[in-house]
Amino acid sequence: MIHTLTLAELSAKLAAREVSAVEVTQAYLDRISAHDGEVGAFLTVASESALQDASRAQERLDRGEGGALTGIPIAFKDNISTDGIETTCASKILKGYIPPYDATVVERLKAQDAVVIGKTNLDEFAMGASTETSAYQLTRNPWDLTRTPGGSSGGSTAAVTARLVPVAIGSDTGGSIRQPASLCGIVGFKPTYGRCSRYGLVAFGSSLDQIGPLAQTVEDAAILSEAITGHDFRDSTSLPHPAISTSELKNGSLKGLRLALPKEMLGEGTQPGVRAVFESALENLRREGVIIDEVSIPSIALGVTTYYIIAPAEASSNLGRFDGVRFGPRSEGKGHIGVVERTRADGFGHEVKSRIMIGTYALSAGYYDAYYVRAQQVRALMVQEFNRVYQGYDFVVSPTSPVTAFRLGDLDGDPLAMKLLDFCTIPANMGGMPGISINAGFSEGLPVGLQLLGAPLRDEALLQSAFAAEKALGLATAPPNFA
Amino acid sequence: MSISLDEVRHVARLARLELEEAEIFSLQTELNALIGHFQDIQGIDVTNLSPTSHAVAMRNVWADDVPGATLPRDRALRNSALQRAGLFVVPQIIED
Repeated sequence: MIHTLTLAELSAKLAAREVSAVEVTQAYLDRISAHDGEVGAFLTVASESALQDASRAQERLDRGEGGALTGIPIAFKDNISTDGIETTCASKILKGYIPPYDATVVERLKAQDAVVIGKTNLDEFAMGASTETSAYQLTRNPWDLTRTPGGSSGGSTAAVTARLVPVAIGSDTGGSIRQPASLCGIVGFKPTYGRCSRYGLVAFGSSLDQIGPLAQTVEDAAILSEAITGHDFRDSTSLPHPAISTSELKNGSLKGLRLALPKEMLGEGTQPGVRAVFESALENLRREGVIIDEVSIPSIALGVTTYYIIAPAEASSNLGRFDGVRFGPRSEGKGHIGVVERTRADGFGHEVKSRIMIGTYALSAGYYDAYYVRAQQVRALMVQEFNRVYQGYDFVVSPTSPVTAFRLGDLDGDPLAMKLLDFCTIPANMGGMPGISINAGFSEGLPVGLQLLGAPLRDEALLQSAFAAEKALGLATAPPNFA
Repeated sequence: MSISLDEVRHVARLARLELEEAEIFSLQTELNALIGHFQDIQGIDVTNLSPTSHAVAMRNVWADDVPGATLPRDRALRNSALQRAGLFVVPQIIED
């Protein structure tokens, strides 16, 4: 069965000509038709162009050319621009928008003969942690269809979890790749800020946003990371470093690895079931020779507050471009300002308006220094405190999320409660650090994620240790209904 | 520290958002809940800390000045709700 294979396994079968690229894409298109009705992962399925991509990929394979991604179907979060394929950010304000160019990640994956199979659901403009603020549809967790897959990359995550696609691309501003990966029991990786070009990613919090892979295994996440990272002159924050290398991925060892567990990431807010699974995973790692010490990083307690100043401030500025003039539907209004105000009122959902308002407030006269500048200083404090820990330890370890997947609707009316759950994932975005979530086990049938964070630019070492840890903890399986 | 209804209306004008009365009330409640948390960072000693936005220090990023392909006009205009003669159409801004 094609859908039970990982990216690495599929790639080997394609190269060995045991299966054709068109068969692979068709198999996933069939799975999407059969199962996406109940999962709701996709906003757009690009069947026709995907089959064309696949037959081009097969021509390369027939000539004995091609690489690890030739003929591999990939789904993209719908805030990543795809030339000729509608890109909505799950917002009404971009309904019908067809980008005239590809994001750098899309361009790079196409150049490596990957197949763009479709666009996935997200919280509107990636603002949320449950995919419920999408203006179009709910996405359901394949482990329990009454629950959220997490967010904001909930569509990409649910698609990989239900094996509707072998791998997918998401984006992470405060945990939007790692948190859904945790809630769905798959692997989600956010590279160091600047290693993956943001060109063509619809901007949310520009100093925090980073694109990364969602995958069944660490190996697949690493393969995809290698394909999408590396310098891009079109993103001025792009680092000059080469792409993330996978050459040493499998040569790591857990013996003697030093992990720091910040007590601020395992506090009263952590569900008992999550704590139990996490602690038993740590025991498994200790048996493999990992040294784990509890440390204190006091600024973690300030992370959520700092984040909810910086991210909305940047978003309020970034979302200023949606005025109904160059793209998206335009509403009627009095004069130019009236048209803009009405277009934005009709086009944005409530959560987006709320964040634009908070960001505009934090940047407005009289508050800029007290809020935005001070938040950026607290951010510097957080970087300092993490750097001190990285002097004595290889990585920081924690649960990815303090809770397992909650029921759809449970926190929808309490946006603040949902925001307060982000405290384990936010520091990576604040400090530009690479972070990965792998499955640690299950609590009452729901996945629990283990997060590893590293100092900036330690992406390769982080993936190598995550690969070894995944072996020690056991590979995650598919949900029974989607196996 | 809390935000009044008039301040909500003022911020909405700055943000170019036309809000219904009901939205103004609910946003006041939400903003006040968040702003309450903003006080958490006011007591923190941040002397000698420079505001940080990029973890890996970078400065003076230049791109080579090389002419390349640009977006053709028709493709740039394709997504606009209203266009004429190769231009975006907007309501008149300067009065007669």
